[in-house]
Amino acid sequence: MKLNRKDILSIEDLTKEEIELVLKTAESFKEVSERDIKKVPTLRGKTIINLFYEPSTRTRTSFEIAAKRMSADAINISASSSSVVKGETLKDTAKNLEAMNPDCIVLRHSFSGAPHILAGLVKCSVINAGDGCHEHPSQALLDMLTVKEKLGRIEGLKIAIIGDILHSRVARSNIYGFTKLGAEVRAAGLPTMMPCRIEQMGCRVFYNMEDAIKDSDVIMMLRIQLERQNAALFPTVREYSKLFGLDSKKLEMAKKDVIILHPGPINRGVEISSDVADGRSSLILDQVTNGVAVRMALFYLLLGREL
Amino acid sequence: MSKLLIKGGHVVDPANGIDGIFDVYCVDGKIVEITHHASRITHNDCTVIDATGLHVFPGFIDMHTHLREPGYEYKEDIRTGTMAAAAGGFTSVACMANTDPVNDNSSVTRYILKKAQEEGIVNVFPVGAVSKGLKGEILAEISDLKDAGCVAISDDGKPVSDSRLMRLALEYSKPFNLPVISHCEDLTLAGDGVMNEGFISTKLGLKGIPNAAEDIMVARDIALAELTHGKLHIAHVSASGSVELIRNAKSRGVNVTAEVTPHHFTLTDECVTGYNTNAKMNPPLRSISDIEALKQGLKHGTIDVIATDHAPQNADEKDVEFDKAANGVVGLETAFSLSLKLVSDGLISLSVLIEKISLNPSRILGLDKKGSLKVGNDADITIVDLNKEWFVDVNKLKSKSKNTPFENWKMKGKVVKTIVGGKVVYEG
Amino acid sequence: MPDKRYVMDSKGLERALVRIAHEIIEKNKGIEDIVILGIPTRGVYLARRLNDILKTAEGFEIPVGSLDATLYRDDIGFKEEQPILKETNIPVSIDNKKVIIVDDVFFTGRTIRAAMNVIMDFGRPASIQLAVLVDRGHRELPIRPDYVGKNIPTSMQEDVKVHLVETDGVEEVLVEEK
Repeated sequence: MKLNRKDILSIEDLTKEEIELVLKTAESFKEVSERDIKKVPTLRGKTIINLFYEPSTRTRTSFEIAAKRMSADAINISASSSSVVKGETLKDTAKNLEAMNPDCIVLRHSFSGAPHILAGLVKCSVINAGDGCHEHPSQALLDMLTVKEKLGRIEGLKIAIIGDILHSRVARSNIYGFTKLGAEVRAAGLPTMMPCRIEQMGCRVFYNMEDAIKDSDVIMMLRIQLERQNAALFPTVREYSKLFGLDSKKLEMAKKDVIILHPGPINRGVEISSDVADGRSSLILDQVTNGVAVRMALFYLLLGREL
Repeated sequence: MSKLLIKGGHVVDPANGIDGIFDVYCVDGKIVEITHHASRITHNDCTVIDATGLHVFPGFIDMHTHLREPGYEYKEDIRTGTMAAAAGGFTSVACMANTDPVNDNSSVTRYILKKAQEEGIVNVFPVGAVSKGLKGEILAEISDLKDAGCVAISDDGKPVSDSRLMRLALEYSKPFNLPVISHCEDLTLAGDGVMNEGFISTKLGLKGIPNAAEDIMVARDIALAELTHGKLHIAHVSASGSVELIRNAKSRGVNVTAEVTPHHFTLTDECVTGYNTNAKMNPPLRSISDIEALKQGLKHGTIDVIATDHAPQNADEKDVEFDKAANGVVGLETAFSLSLKLVSDGLISLSVLIEKISLNPSRILGLDKKGSLKVGNDADITIVDLNKEWFVDVNKLKSKSKNTPFENWKMKGKVVKTIVGGKVVYEG
Repeated sequence: MPDKRYVMDSKGLERALVRIAHEIIEKNKGIEDIVILGIPTRGVYLARRLNDILKTAEGFEIPVGSLDATLYRDDIGFKEEQPILKETNIPVSIDNKKVIIVDDVFFTGRTIRAAMNVIMDFGRPASIQLAVLVDRGHRELPIRPDYVGKNIPTSMQEDVKVHLVETDGVEEVLVEEK
């Protein structure tokens, strides 16, 4: 079993076997992060560039910690401090970074498909750390790892993904990922938040939160992007929260042992109430821990490949 | 006296009901005779083209080309654009007004015509702007544009969003008998969409443009044409709903015509997969059911014209993130072969194809001496080998820009000679 | 069918382990402060068996763990396929402990080098010792085992296979042509 590919651009691209390999590898990597010396020499001498065109704390830090725990040299470039502000194109940036011989570029970009373009321009591996409304594969992998770890399996589970599916790369990656591993995925949100023909991805669509969560094993809340509210997909945050916010009252309608995920950063009191976010069903912080393990696994599996 | 005899070709000229082996005799750039008995013509100084086994058509007319000059000569200029036209069998092109400066006044029109006379190798007919600066606010000097040589008006590239201005344009252009060519797009609905709204846009995470964005404006423009009795031509129809709206309008007797591009009846939004920016254009590539509706529209006469919307873009404008990439594809050199597929698939006859690519554009644009091989007409003639197969090699395209989604496609039907005013301007 | 020769059966294997266990007791004057770490997969089972024998002899249990040295290997990126990671479980602090690494077959020495580096990153043991069931020769590093079940000279064209009940259902050591 191997991950014989140069890049990780989407979950759509990955086979079930490849996803399982990443999860299995990530499980082993969790232990490394629990050691006193949280560092292994595996990727000594490898250079990993975190190229972030969008603000991100969690994902960037997670990739950086993962790289450093593997002893790779991790360099962070954010758009605000780079020549992007001087008008350099992605192509030129790619060619310039390539000239410095990195082994992997981790790209976060606000435009869908940017990692795809980058991968075609450089010889090194490219990992998509979230592109526009397209995919966020490492997030879906860490979500799958968290569910598998907690519930022991993924096949046969019911996963409800709630919120702004239209703008969510996390939702797209998770729909592909959980479906490939045999779970039933439900996408729930306002009709204005439902992308065209999303059901063709293999999920069921719900416009009512109760119906979606009633017998689900996992509830994944998506972040409402308050900063993108200009699109005005709903009249007020209050009304959205009433319909699709997860609070303890709605949680009562779910299974007793349901688990709750959220890719973060959370808007307390908007899509999730504080008591639920901090409650015992919430695995939000486990997700963060697993994020490092998943990214270590991705680096390990990609960078060992013979170029 | 310059004399040209095209011997033994299969002549298809729908305007005159000609479809058979004829000789075409031209003198001083005019058609003089179409005959079975060319042997009677025994002038020694006559250039003879043996067209045995080939087809002879009235020169193709593209009523929707972006020549990009003045202002964007790095994408295309009148010389390269008309070379591409000639290579595609087009003897006339109507060039859109979205240049820099915009062709919204007679001095720009005259500049284009002067450059076309000096450097162009096919006929160039400028399309003037509807509104000053394409801003959609006040009308351009349409009478002046007509006098300078414009054959239509259009803000193409952008819709005329203001319904009152569109009404005025349709009314004001009536005495000048200029068609208003409308780019139908509801910008508020299209928003920042970059491709067709459908499963593919959902999958790729790209913002979609629904069919309704086009349908709404087609419906509005038809209502305005009905109100004003103006002359409306719908550019680049892409959506099935639009076809239906135009069909209904025509059956009610509304003065509306419509065009479709080869890429819209050939490709679907699946082409965007892989973030292929050469498949990015406005209107976007639609679904298979839209293609079917466009084809039926061509078959039943709802759609009058096949036009290229030849829109050259520099590689640097395409070699970027999909959202940032410029819209448009080059089309002059692939249009005929792609259209011929409609004939070989049995959808339309060869004669109907020639109507859509030559006769109808000449009628809509009022080009009296073009679009047919009638005696006395301009000797604009396209000779084609319908059976010749070829591959699209972007490096061999005459256009300055190479933004085609048809790279490496196998094509059937190759232009052998393009003749403008009795002179051979292209030999394939 | 490649050539095979059996070099140990279950009896021989058991005797070798008993002897190693007693050598450990003798060399360390008891088993105080000893931690046994097996290299997955079979080293872990051998480590547990050694512990059982030591317990019978000395009357108490010592910590047994597993140590996957994959991440410390020197051939990461040289192979087309990454090796699958296995469990590392070091149950107690190894500071000032006598750590005994247990592996089934001792070959180039590179795995043991990597294992020693893992141990050093976990703490500062008083000493590190090495117990192997089979030493087949062909060392590439200056490493010598402290306890050897059996020396089996081999050629590079041969493979040494250790089969244990826990993993393979049989107890045997055999040498095969590659």
